[in-house]
Formats: sequence, C-alpha cells, structure tokens
Amino acid sequence: MRPVTVVSGTAVPLDRSDVDTDQIIPSDWLKRVERTGFGAGLFAEWRDDRSFVLNREEYAGASILVAGPNFGTGSSREHAVWALLDYGFEAVVSPRFGDIFANNCTKQGLVPVRVDPEVGRALLDALAADPSLEVTIDVERGTIEAPAAGIAGTFPLDEFTRTRLVHGWDDIGLTLRHEDSITAYEATRPAWRPSASA
Amino acid sequence: MAKSKMTLVDKVWESHLVRSAEGEPDLLFIDLHLVHEVTSPQAFEGLRMAGRGVRRPDLTVATADHNVPTVDVDKPIADPVSKKQLEVLAANCEEFGIVCYPMGHANQGIVHVIGPELGLSQPGMTIVCGDSHTSTHGALGALAFGIGTSEVEHVLATQTLPQIRPATMAVTVDGELPPGVTAKDVALAIIGRIGTGGGMGHVVEYRGTAITSLSMEGRMTLCNMSIEGGARAGMVAPDDATFAYLEGRPHAPKGKAWEQALDEWRALPTDEGATFDKEVVLEAAGLLPHVTWGTNPGQVVAIDGSVPDPDSFAEPAEREAAARALAYMGLTAGTAIRDIQVDTVFIGSCTNSRIEDLRAAAAVAEGNHVVAGVRALVVPGSHRVKAQAESEGLDEVFRAAGFEWREPGCSMCLAMNPDKLTPGERCASTSNRNFEGRQGRGGRTHLVSPAVAAATAVLGRFGLPTEVAR
Repeated sequence: MRPVTVVSGTAVPLDRSDVDTDQIIPSDWLKRVERTGFGAGLFAEWRDDRSFVLNREEYAGASILVAGPNFGTGSSREHAVWALLDYGFEAVVSPRFGDIFANNCTKQGLVPVRVDPEVGRALLDALAADPSLEVTIDVERGTIEAPAAGIAGTFPLDEFTRTRLVHGWDDIGLTLRHEDSITAYEATRPAWRPSASA
Repeated sequence: MAKSKMTLVDKVWESHLVRSAEGEPDLLFIDLHLVHEVTSPQAFEGLRMAGRGVRRPDLTVATADHNVPTVDVDKPIADPVSKKQLEVLAANCEEFGIVCYPMGHANQGIVHVIGPELGLSQPGMTIVCGDSHTSTHGALGALAFGIGTSEVEHVLATQTLPQIRPATMAVTVDGELPPGVTAKDVALAIIGRIGTGGGMGHVVEYRGTAITSLSMEGRMTLCNMSIEGGARAGMVAPDDATFAYLEGRPHAPKGKAWEQALDEWRALPTDEGATFDKEVVLEAAGLLPHVTWGTNPGQVVAIDGSVPDPDSFAEPAEREAAARALAYMGLTAGTAIRDIQVDTVFIGSCTNSRIEDLRAAAAVAEGNHVVAGVRALVVPGSHRVKAQAESEGLDEVFRAAGFEWREPGCSMCLAMNPDKLTPGERCASTSNRNFEGRQGRGGRTHLVSPAVAAATAVLGRFGLPTEVAR
C-alpha cells in the first residue's frame, strides 16, 4: 500500500446520506476479477445524470469526496474503495461510515475522515458555494482544514491504523511477524472444531 | 483484559485471541473462512503476487452463488464475465487445495445457507466471509462478520485477522410475537427503530423471549439483517434449539466430541449481570408485518401504514433522503401500503430462502394463483433446501399457483445473474436490501417476509396471508 500522510486539494460535495456501496459501485461491475479499472463504474447509475455533482466541470480533478452521514453502508465489496481510488480520490469525508467500508479504506490507503456532523455540514455548504476551496487532511495530526472557509476539524484513527497508513505497511506482512503465536494458538484449538474436509 | 461478567461476544473474542498488545488491534484466530466467486479473485491474485499460500485450506470452504443462473443450469453460462468469474473461483480452489461446491453440486447454495445446513457454522466459532451478510451465522452463537477482499487475502494467508474490539449492543425483544409476524418483521422493525447507522461499531446480541422462541432459521433471518442496521455482527446465545438443529449435520461433532462441544457451548451465553455498551428494547406484542417504502431498510412501516410525508421527518437529512426515495420509488406520500401494486415477487436470498421460508410462502400459495401480470420467482437457497422442498411437494404447490420454481443462488437479491428488475419495475422481495438499483437498474424494491411476499403475488398489491381467499 502507498503511504499517505497529507491529502490536499479540491473536494466534491456529495450531499446525500446513506450512500451505500451498491451506489458507489453497482453489482454489474463486481463480475470483474481484476483490481483495477473500477473508476469508470464509480457511481455509475448517478453519472448518467449530467447534473450529478461528479459530472460538473468545476469539481474536476478533486482528490477528496465529502458526503453526508452513513457513507459506504451495506455490501462489503472492496470494489467500492478500488473505484474511489481509481477515480482519483485519496480521502473520503463523512460524519459516519459503514464499518466494513471504513476498514476496507484503510487497507488500501484511502483515508476515511470521520468528522463531526457540524464540520461535515459546513464543508458541504462551503464546497457548494466555492468549488475551488482547498481542503487539507493531515493523517498524522488527524486534522481536516479548509482555511479559506474558516473550517477546521479533527478525525479519529486508532494509532495502529494511523501508523500503517503513514508508512504504507501491509497488514499481512505485519501479522506474519507473529507466525509463532498463530502456530501456538493452533495447538490449543479443540480438535472437534469443524474442518472442511471431515 | 478478561472481565468477570462476560457477554457472549466477549467469550468468543477472548477464546480466539492469538495475540493482544497495547496500542494494536487484537489478532483473532478464524475458525471458518467462507469464500465465494465475487470477493475472492483479487485476494487469490494477491497471494500469488506475494508468493504466499493458504495457511488453512482445511478451514476454508468455497461455493458459487452470486453469479449462478437459476434456469438452464445444465447449459453454458451466457454471460462471459460471470462465466469467467466462476471459472476463476474453481481454478483458485484447485490451485490452493480448497473445497469448492460449484454450480450444480449437491452442497452448492448461497454461502450463508450452506454454512449452517452443513453444520460448518457452530456456536462459539469465529466465522468470516467476503460478504456483509456473514452476520447470518451469528444465529448459532458464532461471532460471524463480513470482510473486504484485503481481509479475505489476510485470512487466506494467516487464518487470523487483526481486529479492534467492537462495542456491544443488546437488542431485547420480549413477549410473544403476534400471529403472522416473522423474524423478518422483527428485523425490519428493529432497523426502523435504530436506523441504518444505529449498530455501527457494535456487535448486536439479540435477547428476550421473542428471540429465544424463534426457530433457528428465524434467528438466521434476524442475524442476517444486522448489517442493515449498521452492525457488523448479530448473535443469539446458543440453547437447546441450537443443539437440536446441529446434531447429526454433516460437519457437526459426533460421539464423545459432541459431548465435549456441548460442554463448551453451554458456557457461552452472556453471564447474568454482564453489561452492554448500548441497549435497545422492543415489545413483541404490538408488532405487525413490515414493508419498506424507501431506498434503505430503515425506511419501513407496518403493513397497515402508508407512505410517509417527507416533511414529517424532523431531521433535514432524513427529510431530503425520504423525498429522494419517494421520487426513485415512484410513490406519493400518504398512499396506503396496501394500495401499492407490484410487478414482480421474489422469494429467495440469504435472508429468506430456507425451507421454513418456502413452507410459509407455499402455505399461502396453495390453492391460489399469482394474479395476472405479476411474475413471481421462488429461488431456494441451496440444493439441499431445493431437494427438501421438492420432497415435500412445495415445488408443485408453487408451480400450480403460477410461481416459477428456480435453481439455487443469490439471484434477484443483487442482480448479478440474469434475474433482474427493469427500470421502474416494482418488486416485493424477501431479500435484505432495497437500495437503488440493487435488483436491477431502476428497479423498485420493497422488503417483506415470505408470507407477505406470497400473499402479495396473489393479490397483486401488498397484503397479508389472511386477505387471500381460499
């Protein structure tokens, strides 16, 4: 995973609540066996509408997506994260994320920025008013700022996830350092637990 | 740190700790990893690129479910992309030595139907799958949750997962469920109460007399929908009903091992006096069958109700979401739910495709007929469910009543196979998600129980089995 310390740039306001992962990437796109090329499917059904915010020229080139509460609910499809990254987003901002989606984000280096509802609302309004507004997200400090609009907030990340994001560490490599502990645990498991073969 | 009074989830968590260190997530051992074709190809590819193997193929089971057609299964799959995904699953399982139940196999079916029915899902286990409805297996008293593809790869490589300990939430439903009120209605009522985000960050334990009187399959329906209320996992403490359900299933312990297992399972229920981070209480007595009207499962009312006025919501975000949902659903505020006519009825999915679901629907269908102009599909959850239903003659009941009797799979729940809604088509569905486009682009989904779905097929509009003439 690519390290991510600071995300800075313009942002798209997606002023909707309960944007589930079926909306982020419809199931038609899930038949692919590759990990790349999902950007074209991002919000596929909404993008047919020319007035949809992602189609508006003034928001082209944004690296941050700001959404309403309950973003990324529903299906566990990591394709949603791949689609957002492939499209060019490096961070997503919402007052509340689906648990699995937020987890998937941190495995791929897409920063899930969980802000206070007031900060989220202020950002959506400020971005609607000024598409060129610069937003800066600092992963190490856990801050989000849009100085030109007078917006400043913080977001939570557990220390382990923060460190992983900042260094771009891969989870599997970290776990395999504890292979001895896994082997030791396996030796203690009840023999009657089910096995696929038996 | 182990507490003196522990909840069910605490106990499962503690007994699966491979490693626990300050400032890091706990490392949990995973007892069962279920795999399907949609969320696994990139994980297997990741293993190959890193030169890694599958640590415990013996604790890994794969099946084909999301893409499989439900008709003409003896013919090649028409959609080349679906076909390839199924071939890739088979090839990956072959390469890494994983048991796989492909299309047509006697054990094949929706991954969350086959786990319990094969006896693979047992109390006190940790179970994961690259699928959010893995919460289903919590019905047996397992800690079961959905994961993304990166985590699928992690479990394949290490048989463990680093996890931050979730908060706990008790949802207690006491009293006796009124006749005709099913586990699906309880699930929808809970989500209507707590909202789609209410369970986020929590593992739910369902408690109370209305829960313990549910059948095992009813508990599966309830736990299945936990994710729709935001909770990654839902659990019911194992009891005699759980043990009776498991005994004799292909992968259940036998002989002396069964006795050992029972000893452990009986110690799993939440200790008297243990506390939860959040508690929600519902009364069973007043509940009615529920129908969703919007585009998320929290947008739901009792069948006696009507489509709400967006202006009736206090929160601006909810008001706006309701207005957008009504526009998408083609509904007008104030319309009685019973006055809404449907084009299609879908009975199936990991929520409601088990034998009891099919029996409930067949009981309504028997001696009646699907109304002209409505298409109605019955898609059993697995080959075993299909065989059982056919041995009881349910297939004949459905066919005689004008329902289509299909082959097992996820089918119209998420429209990855040819079973889809067309734009504007309205469907009464026993599945779990009424999201925009979920059942096909532009499709309009209303979530209901199997009995209400069958009655709706006969009536052509939402209604109860009691409204169907004999």
